[in-house]
Amino acid sequence: MSAPTASLAAPRDLGFVRNLLWWLPRAAVLGALAFVIFGPLLNLLIWTVAERWYFPHALPIDYGFSYWGRVFAPRGNAVQSLVASISIAVFTVAGSLALAIPAGYALARLKLPLRNLILLAFLLPQAFPNLPVYVNIARLFYEIGLNGTVLGVVLVHVTHGLVYAVWIAAAAFSAVDRDLELAARNLGASGLKAFADVTLPLAAPGLMASAIFVFLESLDEFTGSYFVGAPDVTTLPLLLYSAGAGGNYQIASITALLLLVPSIAFMLVVEKFLRADVLAKVGQ
Amino acid sequence: MARLLGPLLVSPALIVILLLFMVPLTASVIGAFEVEGAYGLGNFTKAYDFYTQDIVFTAVIVGLSTVLTGLLAIAIGGYLTLGENRAAVAILRWLYRWPMFIPFIVVGQVLRTFLAKSGLLNSTLVAFGLLDPLTATSYLDWRGVVVAFVWKQTPFVALMVSGAMASLDRGTIEAARNLGASRLRILVEIVVPQVTTTLLVGLVLSFVTMMGVLSVPLMINAQAPTMITADIAFRLSTYRDYGVANALGLISLAISAVAAWFYLRVNMRQGR
Repeated sequence: MSAPTASLAAPRDLGFVRNLLWWLPRAAVLGALAFVIFGPLLNLLIWTVAERWYFPHALPIDYGFSYWGRVFAPRGNAVQSLVASISIAVFTVAGSLALAIPAGYALARLKLPLRNLILLAFLLPQAFPNLPVYVNIARLFYEIGLNGTVLGVVLVHVTHGLVYAVWIAAAAFSAVDRDLELAARNLGASGLKAFADVTLPLAAPGLMASAIFVFLESLDEFTGSYFVGAPDVTTLPLLLYSAGAGGNYQIASITALLLLVPSIAFMLVVEKFLRADVLAKVGQ
Repeated sequence: MARLLGPLLVSPALIVILLLFMVPLTASVIGAFEVEGAYGLGNFTKAYDFYTQDIVFTAVIVGLSTVLTGLLAIAIGGYLTLGENRAAVAILRWLYRWPMFIPFIVVGQVLRTFLAKSGLLNSTLVAFGLLDPLTATSYLDWRGVVVAFVWKQTPFVALMVSGAMASLDRGTIEAARNLGASRLRILVEIVVPQVTTTLLVGLVLSFVTMMGVLSVPLMINAQAPTMITADIAFRLSTYRDYGVANALGLISLAISAVAAWFYLRVNMRQGR
């Protein structure tokens, strides 16, 4: 009786052991990948609480939060940059949505000659290296007095953000069931009322996603702000750059962390806002 | 009226693109040929004399980063599609995306600390006995730029590629598996050929993005040779020399155009 049981169990044990052994290379590769991804982020976190750290010490000599106090001092430039960055991003979102909601609706629902060409036009700012364009925007803005103003930086960010705003808005509107709009029209609602009461609320999650995209793009944008804004308008990325260039890695790292938190938070929730049915219609 | 509504609603957004993108782009092309009020090739000869090394450096660095990004994206997408251990696939899926939404300026700062002589990379290698502390060097040169580009762009391309791989017909894969083909062979001979278009779109977008990044070369590779973007910034901040800056800009547009042309050619050949 005992012999068959043993011969049945043996292969299963062998398979189990083999699977366990496979975890050695798997763990090595995944561990190395985790180190490559999280190592740099951990290094940044250490810098934010390092008081003194220099070669050849593997870890900081003193830890503390004195640099945090300096960054968040009421009159420190970090608070100023934070306010500048957030207000520029808010204006940018407002501007891009004001342009993208009508454009997205027209692309999704109305008769439009050269529709695909128009969709492509919004992609252009992403399809060329941006630097030569920013250089010449700065030159044009300099002549009309927009260089070094918040409005100038907002305009540059709006142009860059329009591709996300228009493409996602168009996808969000085409994902809305057309029958619901027709039902509202049949019940006597005007075109504008049907849009405001039915289409717009149903497209809201997609529009929210595009707003977050544009907000983050604006918050993180460096090259355009560097040419058009600096030195009069200092955003967080510009502060990060100048602190790092001045050798102050603590201030640079704390600023980097401030920029990192919204980006990672967005990565974790993006799928809630950008539903698959909207995503499937992007670029169509 | 109804026919005019569509164009009317789109035009404000289009006008912004026209004024703030098309016009400056045209200005950069014209400006590249402008030498002291006349037209000529003077800016290009100057760019050639001073920056040939940097132009070659940029093309090689961005090309190398694109190739490495492509290989890593295929490896990640391939394991997500063909991996048989669910736990390992789930861990990889959770792990690989993290750098995607981290802005370049932050990528520059985190890798500047990580790859420095006393950074966490060297201290970990020393702790594992893989590196002698006396021979430890900083990686903040061309290697740092490549690492930064690959670190940031791989998740984006891997996301696109793994999406395309997931929508492939499982039938051929299962059939090949039943006939005893190894997973590596299935990846190279069955899966990758079917996602080439998606892979190339992702790589061309990455190539163009890398060509335009200013923060990473300024922060990681502040020495000669450097990238064209850093030269343009230097040319403007030091000499206000728009001519040579625009000539360098046009050269970087041309390098990107070569990448786009390569993509179109491969795509056409596939379509035939």
